[in-house]
Amino acid sequence: MLEVKDISKKFGDFQAVDSVSFKAEKGEVLGFLGPNGAGKSTTMKMITGFLNSSSGDAIVCGASVNDNPLEAQASIGYVPENAPLYEEMYVREFLEFIGKMRSLEASKLDSRIDEIIKMCSLKEVEFQKIETLSKGYKRRVSLAQSLVHDPQVLILDEPTDGLDPNQKHDVRRLIKNLAKEKCILISTHILEEVEEVCDRCIIIGEGKKLFEGTPKELKEKSEKGRIQDVFRVITTGQQVQGVAV
Amino acid sequence: MIAQVTKELMIKEIKSYFKTPLGYVFLVIFLFGIGYLTFEPGRGSFFYMREASMSAFFRYIPWMFLFLIPAVSMKLWAEERKSGSIELLLTMPITVRQAVVAKFLASWAFIGLALLGTTPMIFTVSYLGNPDFGVIILGYLASFLMAGALLAVGGFFSALTKNQVVSFILTVVACFILIMAGSPPILEFISALLPKYFVDLFESLSVLNHFDSIERGVFSLSNLWFFAVTIFFWLFGSIILLNENKAN
Repeated sequence: MLEVKDISKKFGDFQAVDSVSFKAEKGEVLGFLGPNGAGKSTTMKMITGFLNSSSGDAIVCGASVNDNPLEAQASIGYVPENAPLYEEMYVREFLEFIGKMRSLEASKLDSRIDEIIKMCSLKEVEFQKIETLSKGYKRRVSLAQSLVHDPQVLILDEPTDGLDPNQKHDVRRLIKNLAKEKCILISTHILEEVEEVCDRCIIIGEGKKLFEGTPKELKEKSEKGRIQDVFRVITTGQQVQGVAV
Repeated sequence: MIAQVTKELMIKEIKSYFKTPLGYVFLVIFLFGIGYLTFEPGRGSFFYMREASMSAFFRYIPWMFLFLIPAVSMKLWAEERKSGSIELLLTMPITVRQAVVAKFLASWAFIGLALLGTTPMIFTVSYLGNPDFGVIILGYLASFLMAGALLAVGGFFSALTKNQVVSFILTVVACFILIMAGSPPILEFISALLPKYFVDLFESLSVLNHFDSIERGVFSLSNLWFFAVTIFFWLFGSIILLNENKAN
């Protein structure tokens, strides 16, 4: 459903992403890990068509982002980093706007927005201005906007960043529920999250893919089962006792 | 004709002027300012001219626009880029071209609304005498076309920077040059540096000359072409800039 082929990005002389490839199928949650500045967000921006790749391509539900960006974008739901929103709009109004931009039928728009509002627990703030909402609510509005058109592929850039433990739990539960029918790519720093929600994960560092496998495989590389040690060894090349990569 | 996404974005953008104080502040200052300048008790004012025409009104339009249009256009892209919501917008199934056109049309419609707010002036002159309505209509057309040209310039500078203040200042400077391009001080300055050919070219780029010609009731297709080409040129510039951001 989502196939990334040798995608690369150069900013001037800086190689931000260096021919990264991976695939994800329906029903799969793919974790995207790496230290800050590793190229996670850049890769996601290229998949969603916000940035053009320097080389390589991403195929979303059969549509190439390079050749047919609008079709690819139509089947993607995207939560950008820091969840930017149109702050001056009301929650419901904003979701309606997204629905119209995503060419939802006018007759179905209302019921679909109701559904999304319920799914993301936004009922209490439905008629509030987005700028007055707390961080947790804003994240949920951003998640809601990515779901309005019921996309096949979800790209979530650190969707749980800055949330409290309860909110994190809620978002993870929502992602797990969605996973059955969708293909989800989720970037995160939180390693426990990977174990909890991801079926597979990819680690990238300095723009290159360094690891691909299941969270279990990642964990088994450490004798003590400490996933953070394995992450450090893979991304920094340091030696840690009891970890063999 | 116009894609659904373009229309929806345009509606949202027009509404957004009234979600913040910007729209209201603009309307109040514009309407008060143009009203005051028209009737101000100085030389060339409405009463001094002793004629039932709106030329005193239209004379000040370019100078009101010079400062107020950049205030309307400065947020078009700079705000989206600063807050990051541009990422939301451009990952929806909309092309950069559609988005640029939608935002431009929305800002143009807003200025159209502001001009509509000055219609009581028409009633005033027709109460006082028998004005030439053809000239009045052409005056409004000239004002509206000029607003379009300046908004397109402003949209370009808004796409150039994330900072709204920088976008405002650059737009004021660019609009000032465009308006004044046909004035003696600027032409003298240019003729000292460049051959006569360029001076003529520069003079023909003067927004004010084209505005004045329509506003005086001399309407020619070349005036219409001038504004159409200016708008097209700057919108095209915005599209290139925003696509360039994608590539970098």
